[in-house]
Amino acid sequence: MAKAGEVKVIGGWPSPFVMRPRIALNLKGVEYELLEEKFGAKSELLLRSNPVHKKIPVFLHADRPVCESLIIVQYIDETWPSTGPSILPSDPYDRATARFWAAYIDEKWFPSMTGIARAQGEEAKKAAIDQVVEGLFLLEDAFGKISKGKPFFGGDTIGFLDIALGCFLGWLRVTEKTHGLKLLDEAKVPGLAKWAERFCADDAVKGVMPETEKLAEFAKLIMAKFKAPPPQ
Amino acid sequence: MGKLKIIFSPMSLFCTRVEWALKLKGLEYELIVEDLRKGKSELLLKSNPVHKKIPVLLDDGVAIAESKVILEYIDEKWKGGDYYSLLPQDPYERAQARFWAQFADDKCVFGAGEACRADDGLEKEKAVETTIESFAYLEKQIEGKKFFGGEKIGYLDLVAGWIPFVLGVLEEAGGMKIYDAERFPSLHEWAQNFSEIPLIKECVPPRDMLLHNMTARLSNLRSLAANKP
Repeated sequence: MAKAGEVKVIGGWPSPFVMRPRIALNLKGVEYELLEEKFGAKSELLLRSNPVHKKIPVFLHADRPVCESLIIVQYIDETWPSTGPSILPSDPYDRATARFWAAYIDEKWFPSMTGIARAQGEEAKKAAIDQVVEGLFLLEDAFGKISKGKPFFGGDTIGFLDIALGCFLGWLRVTEKTHGLKLLDEAKVPGLAKWAERFCADDAVKGVMPETEKLAEFAKLIMAKFKAPPPQ
Repeated sequence: MGKLKIIFSPMSLFCTRVEWALKLKGLEYELIVEDLRKGKSELLLKSNPVHKKIPVLLDDGVAIAESKVILEYIDEKWKGGDYYSLLPQDPYERAQARFWAQFADDKCVFGAGEACRADDGLEKEKAVETTIESFAYLEKQIEGKKFFGGEKIGYLDLVAGWIPFVLGVLEEAGGMKIYDAERFPSLHEWAQNFSEIPLIKECVPPRDMLLHNMTARLSNLRSLAANKP
């Protein structure tokens, strides 16, 4: 049992990556302290704990830092193996499958989603949207094969791959709203659309998934900041 | 237990790291060589439809792709008893190994590749500078240790294992310098120890073959870039 004050997450409420260890800790029923970083200024603690990337989330367990969200989730699963459900599957092939798709999501799918906002011009925007939709079709297919009729990628309970993808649902909804799109279309990706609802309604997720409105406001703020002329 | 095969190219150290892992575990396997010049085989496209890349491990016909995912699969499927351990047992140590493996691939491999590819001038200079910074982190990690895995080689040694064999080739083909023994003495010592291990060096093609292949790929890339509208 972790002692009070022993488990901390350095993070920020808008970050999907920060959501990942928080969901994992919730699944395990492990209490933790959230150290909220102020947007635009990195704390001493963050810079000291993650000198290589200087990014959130950072997980502190008895003051020892673990960095990189999916590595943190695996650490949580391995450190608290008997409490709560297993986050990674037990079979080596299922674990490899979960890791494969999590890497795909981080390296290909999520960048394609942020690519929509970054696209210059209608043609580039359409190409970016097509890429995201293509990725969703792949993930829909993967969901069918991996869940085997159960509610989550992880089976009966939320697992590694659910966390890896689910954390982006808030930003996905902001993208849909901002650009007038329906990406998680029940007609096109029915499995994922229903999975998304279940994921967001889960006890381990409810408290950490930011409201779409709040995220949209935040998105406007950072867009304005990036577009603003540089300070003299 | 079914047959183990790797869809493979000896020119790719991402593939060699998988072969090293299987050898360390004492497992029998077959190499299915992809000729990267001839386009992608049916088997590769079928086995890794998402990325269409090597290496792919076929375990009794079931495909596993992405080299670091494959390494963990091999470590988890054949574990305990007399099997060699690739990753450390302690969760914190495992997290560190995974972190530095990701860093080594994302920053060191990618950085060295960029520095090799970049045209002479500011772009190349910047790429070299950034990559040297990344290597400095790796130097710190190996300081005071024989191998990244401790007394024996492990997961991170296999992931960093391209350095003693391919970095020099990238430097020669790309006309740039990232590495030297004076700048990275601990990494240099590690590289010597690692590359002398018989099961490691027997899997790596001779240097001139790697250089020839790298030079050909670079000139191909450059002619493609030159012919862009």
